Amino acid sequence: MTETSLYVLQQLINGLTIGSTYALIAIGYTMVYGIIGMINFAHGEVYMIGTYTAFISIIGLLTMGISSLPIVLLLALITAIIISSTYGYAIERVAYRPLRGGPRLIPLITAIGMSIFLQNYIRLAQGSRDLAMPALISGGIEFGDPAVFEVSISWMQMIIWAVTLISMTALALFISRSRLGRACRACAQDLKMTNLLGIDTNRIIALTFIIGAALAAVAGVLLGLYYGTINPYIGFMAGLKAFTAAVLGGIGSIPGAMLGGLILGVTEALTAAFFPSEYKDVVAFSLLVLILLFRPTGLLGKPEVEKV
Amino acid sequence: MSENLLDVSGLMMRFGGLLAVDGVSLQVKPRQIHSVIGPNGAGKTTVFNCISGFYKPTGGDVRYRGKAIQGLSGHRISLLGLVRTFQHVRLFASMTLIENLLVAQHRHLNTNYFAGLVKTPSYRRRQREAMDRAAHWLQQVDLLEHANREAGNLSYGQQRRLEIARCMVTEPGLLMLDEPAAGLNPRETSELDQLIVRLRDEQDISVLLIEHDMGLVMGISDHITVINQGAPLADGTPDQIRENPAVIKAYLGES
Amino acid sequence: MQRALFPALFAAGVTFLLTCLVIGVRLEQDGPTLTVVGADAETWSWIGFAVVVVFLFQLFQQPLSRLKQRLPRPDLTGLLPGDQLRNRLKPWLIALVIVGLFIWPFMVSRGAVDLATLTLIYVMLGLGLNIVVGFAGLLDLGYVAFYAVGAYTYALLSEYYGLSFWMCLPIAGLLAATFGCVLGFPVLRLRGDYLAIVTLGFGEIIRILLNNWTSLTGGPNGIGGIDKPSLFGLEFSRRASEGSQTFHEFFGIDYDSSHKVIFLYLVAVLLVLLTVYVINRIQRMPIGRAWEALREDEIACRSLGLNPTVIKLSAFTLGASFAGFAGCFFAARQGFISPESFTFIESAIILAIVVLGGMGSQFGVILAAIAMTILPELAREFQEYRMLMFGGVMVLMMLWRPQGLMPMKRPHLELKSS
Repeated sequence: MTETSLYVLQQLINGLTIGSTYALIAIGYTMVYGIIGMINFAHGEVYMIGTYTAFISIIGLLTMGISSLPIVLLLALITAIIISSTYGYAIERVAYRPLRGGPRLIPLITAIGMSIFLQNYIRLAQGSRDLAMPALISGGIEFGDPAVFEVSISWMQMIIWAVTLISMTALALFISRSRLGRACRACAQDLKMTNLLGIDTNRIIALTFIIGAALAAVAGVLLGLYYGTINPYIGFMAGLKAFTAAVLGGIGSIPGAMLGGLILGVTEALTAAFFPSEYKDVVAFSLLVLILLFRPTGLLGKPEVEKV
Repeated sequence: MSENLLDVSGLMMRFGGLLAVDGVSLQVKPRQIHSVIGPNGAGKTTVFNCISGFYKPTGGDVRYRGKAIQGLSGHRISLLGLVRTFQHVRLFASMTLIENLLVAQHRHLNTNYFAGLVKTPSYRRRQREAMDRAAHWLQQVDLLEHANREAGNLSYGQQRRLEIARCMVTEPGLLMLDEPAAGLNPRETSELDQLIVRLRDEQDISVLLIEHDMGLVMGISDHITVINQGAPLADGTPDQIRENPAVIKAYLGES
Repeated sequence: MQRALFPALFAAGVTFLLTCLVIGVRLEQDGPTLTVVGADAETWSWIGFAVVVVFLFQLFQQPLSRLKQRLPRPDLTGLLPGDQLRNRLKPWLIALVIVGLFIWPFMVSRGAVDLATLTLIYVMLGLGLNIVVGFAGLLDLGYVAFYAVGAYTYALLSEYYGLSFWMCLPIAGLLAATFGCVLGFPVLRLRGDYLAIVTLGFGEIIRILLNNWTSLTGGPNGIGGIDKPSLFGLEFSRRASEGSQTFHEFFGIDYDSSHKVIFLYLVAVLLVLLTVYVINRIQRMPIGRAWEALREDEIACRSLGLNPTVIKLSAFTLGASFAGFAGCFFAARQGFISPESFTFIESAIILAIVVLGGMGSQFGVILAAIAMTILPELAREFQEYRMLMFGGVMVLMMLWRPQGLMPMKRPHLELKSS
């Protein structure tokens, strides 16, 4: 194979890795939008908090002397999920629930305020500088001709794929098989009706936020380990990109969020491969703008007809 | 025939798997009151939405004064002279009556920024004319004394009349009313009755209306179209419709 | 009270979970190594305090909410005099304010005048965004892009073509308006929250382009050496550049740097007064009514022949042009601009000004802009907490009083009895 095609393959691998993490975060946006029709602007910050919690847990556990890496990572994952889910729940309960049913602009502004609040809250608590963790998982497999180009898939990347796959499968099973999952689907279809049928929609909405936050936490742990650096502002960019992914796939559709994430990741990686990398972010925003202009319902969404 | 004010033929509207309107045709002649009736859920409002441009019909032809308008957007069709009301009153509730009528005349007013900023004579003249037209129509529907009140403070019957006045101030050729008598008491209904007849007689317009109140429909219509489950059922004068067995069955069921 | 115990414990538990790791433990970077340290005692006492407060609040929720009902809501409109009195006093008050604005700078320190000029820039931005958000009800999260267009227009035209501030001002406004038109046309038919995100995306795209198109915009280093505005050709510098004369030479007085500051301030006042006047007039014009009608019921507007996209576009374009003017002046005042001044946070601040002031109310927006600019200066010690409080206040305002401090009462057009 030629050097270019190997290079492209490498970018594809990188893109799919990042894309699957976008997908995890995007699910949070899409589930919340599907059920109460609001864009949870603060979701990116929940992801960021997940990353910080993971770092704190990992370093803390290592310091305490626990040497088994899988145990440390697993405990860190669980801790991050618990803490992020709590944040997701608290944000909904305190800032969004009182405003439900009112004009749509108001919760959006609240969400923006919440996002700014959380960014600075973490900044004050943990400092605004980058924090870097030494790579815990390194190495991987390589193939290709060393003389031409070597394609490498790192263990970290494979872990990301595996964890993402497990998470999404778990979510899919939950939504389709469990009673609560059925209730979530019912609420997404018709909130009022579901309420009238006796299901506590407040609980289901809270659950939706918690699930979204949990998945964002997983993404946070994975990306934290992958990049190795964090700062309080990573939530903003990640949030916007994940939102782009959600819209791309069709907002309200969970498979759509997964598809959108992967597409966005791959597109970004390929762009970074052939253009200056600063323009990588422009790709995400341009995709967002284009999708909203030409197919606002996304790839897997259904066109809406306005009832007059 | 090109002398028809409104010519609808073979109108179809499909929502995914549901065929809401299936081959509806009707012709409205000038200076006519034409009613569209049918059991609930028959698709009458959907027909209205298709004609007035709020839905894009899946098939069929709609011609207004000979010009094809199917597929055009709602505001373009309004500008051509076809205005409509809605099942639920849609007024600008926090604006006054007079302002409601001024907004309806937006295209007649001078919207040039510079003219407005310095209040040129042409700007002021157009404003005055619009106010006069608005006052005239408020007078016609007997609401002039409330001109400076907020529209949201009117009674339901008054709001309905304001809606009609707001339509008339745009100088339309065809007025489409969606259940104008819904929620009105008998006295208000008979006032509405007289208003619609007066509009047909004194202004050069036709009125196409959806109604359930049979007294109103039979009393003032020149022509009636009956729709059932999205498909045309009957079409004729009030007497013909009254005797039509298919219509009786649709409304009353098998006897 | 017993029933409230469980929820209270739950809420306290949630609070503890929220704070224990994220605030209670600090990450410290020492070169390549990362360590965790428990936070200091003060932080832990704050955590404990928060947990206890939440617990008590939940426990006594019933009686507390009854108390809250009786609390007065923040409504500054109560402070204003009644309608009749207001109409009679208004022209005098306005005259007084305008006169005051013009003579005040000569009586205070340079720093105060400088701060006032900054405030006036935000007033202008707030009034401009108010057209889009308050009048037309469109949520624009990328307003800062038009601000940037105005600033960079002046910077570039001044650097490459030597055009003066006064010549660039209308050009900046026009160019920003064009951007607004081009941007708005495809996106304005989108639903509210989608529109917000798209405008946010556009704002970010512009910022990234400004940051990376180094050959045109100087990239992250920005553009410097921008000329200050002149008074009919008289410059406000110590020494005149080639072919011009300085202000102090012309009037035969000593050079004083405060002349420049005061002149900038007066230019700002002029721009703001013009803005207020123009927007006031436009509110009373057909387009102003069309904006309100569109906000009330878009479907009714369509049924009356109003084209929603064109009407929204006019609000968007007009709002953008004011941002362009403000940007041009900003560049002139600073002398130097860089993409750092045009981040999303700026858009959020301007949005907060509009929202806090009461969407649609010009007077409210002016007050909010003044508060937003001056309060941080007064509370210098809290500099670190500024953004935190900003976010918190935004959330609180939406929960407590979303209509803003001074909700708009649009002037109604009256039919005079004839």
